[in-house]
Amino acid sequence: MIEFKNVSKVYPNGTQGLKNINIKIEKGEFVVIVGLSGAGKSTFLRSINRLHEITSGEITIDGKSITKAKGKDLRIARRNIGMIFQNFNLVKRSTVIRNVLSGRVGYHSTLRTVLGLFPKEDVNLALNALDRVNIVEKAYTRSDQLSGGQQQRVSIARALAQEAKIILADEPVASLDPLTTKQVMDDLQKINQDLGITTVVNLHFIDIARQYATRIIGLQAGEVVFDGPVEEATDERFSEIYGRPLETREEDEVEVGESANESSK
Amino acid sequence: MNQVNEQKIPKAPSKLKHYFTFILILLLLWGSAYQTDSTFSELIEGFPNMFSVLDQMIPPNWAYFDNIIEAMLDTIRMAVLGTTIGAIIAIPFAIFSASNMIKSTWVYYPVRFLLNLVRTIPELLLAAIFVAIFGLGPLPGIFALGIFSTGIIAKLTYEAIEGIDKGPLESMTAVGANKIQWIMFSVVPQVAAYYVSYVLYSFEINVRAAAILGLVGAGGIGEYYDRTLGFLEYDKVSTIIIFTLLVVLIIDYISTKLRENLL
Ligand SMILES: Nc1ncnc2c1ncn2[C@@H]1O[C@H](COP(=O)(O)OP(=O)(O)O)[C@@H](O)[C@H]1O
Ligand SMILES: [Mg+2]
Repeated sequence: MIEFKNVSKVYPNGTQGLKNINIKIEKGEFVVIVGLSGAGKSTFLRSINRLHEITSGEITIDGKSITKAKGKDLRIARRNIGMIFQNFNLVKRSTVIRNVLSGRVGYHSTLRTVLGLFPKEDVNLALNALDRVNIVEKAYTRSDQLSGGQQQRVSIARALAQEAKIILADEPVASLDPLTTKQVMDDLQKINQDLGITTVVNLHFIDIARQYATRIIGLQAGEVVFDGPVEEATDERFSEIYGRPLETREEDEVEVGESANESSK
Repeated sequence: MNQVNEQKIPKAPSKLKHYFTFILILLLLWGSAYQTDSTFSELIEGFPNMFSVLDQMIPPNWAYFDNIIEAMLDTIRMAVLGTTIGAIIAIPFAIFSASNMIKSTWVYYPVRFLLNLVRTIPELLLAAIFVAIFGLGPLPGIFALGIFSTGIIAKLTYEAIEGIDKGPLESMTAVGANKIQWIMFSVVPQVAAYYVSYVLYSFEINVRAAAILGLVGAGGIGEYYDRTLGFLEYDKVSTIIIFTLLVVLIIDYISTKLRENLL
């Protein structure tokens, strides 16, 4: 369970990233965070594994404060959270399997991992993870030889190899075409359903959100302005909240490219 | 229409700046020549001398080759050892100079300053200092080359580190890697090829440098150069020069080819 207690974040330049957020995400949920660009979705997600620090309040995971965790405790907490990025964030010069195995470093001694001596079980785990996202035949290919969709599946495999209990995905399909978008979102859904991994995904597009989420959280200017099941997340409701309907994928393909540039800055 | 357009066209920058630069350079050239007492007449007076030396250099004394081959191998060995030492010491220096590795300006500015300082000291001077400390022989030369190449390799490598894709850095943090794992899995794969290329480059420079370190008594082929020049044995000097040129060219060629394949 992920719990936000009175969480706020103010950036050094004064921008309010998050504003007094109180939310509980239960184990096994598939939550999609929606909102306009700049609403605070990335800030929300990155606060959970402390890629961003919050300025007040507390975030706990299964009752343990990640906000207060330090050193080894923080690393173990992060080890249990897989993260998927819009730009995949793989080491392009490394092979696929090495990228997946990098998810295992938190389980072993520094020396062992630095020498690349991962145990046989880890290699099997990595290969199984790749198999689950249907890309095991690329295990020994260099990552920069893969298409965007394939790279994203490798990064999902990395989260699986991590044996993560939570998966966070920050606009995982923003730089993918509609077909690969479906494959990647299907993979995330399947993992969520088969393994019961709590999944929190940021999405720009409300139609994809409705298709996959069990629960939708709407953000605006760092505040939660909607929190409910998919059935309640109607166009009318969102138009009311945002003063205009949220974007859908089909509506404007150009938007995809734009948002991709924006977040890669 | 024309009116509006004319207002929008920016004024061409004045060429005055270029003229001033040109005049300044002329003044500087003239000034330095004046200060160092070098004149054209001196240059012309020196010509006959130059030809007489050249004349004595040809033909080279090929038999002398046997005497210097060991010294030449020594020179290469010095360059290898010096480069190796530099390559190793450069690693921590490069990491501690890169602003995306170390967040505190209090660390990376002083380290960078130290690197810049080291690179301003000519290797001959370094070698002379070490000869004074450790005595004659190749050891001070190796140390001088080591420090010199630390400066070059660390500087180039830290710039490469600062240019890496930060995505993998982020994902390794998210995975729960400690600092060493973080570097090994996200930084090393991205800069390894550059680093090796810079080490080779530094080796090329070190072979050249090693060839003259003997002038200050720091071992290698340079000692023979010094000796034969002193006895005015110009035929031997030319043998040394040709041999050195050959070795440097071969090493440069191999190293350049290797570097092309790396990047
Ligand atoms: N490093 C930063 N410094 C200052 N402001 C930031 C920073 N990162 C994000 N912001 C601001 O915080 C707000 C929320 O950003 P973000 O969480 O990235 O939104 P989203 O992911 O929903 O597009 C935006 O107004 C953005 O401009
Ligand atoms: Mg974002």
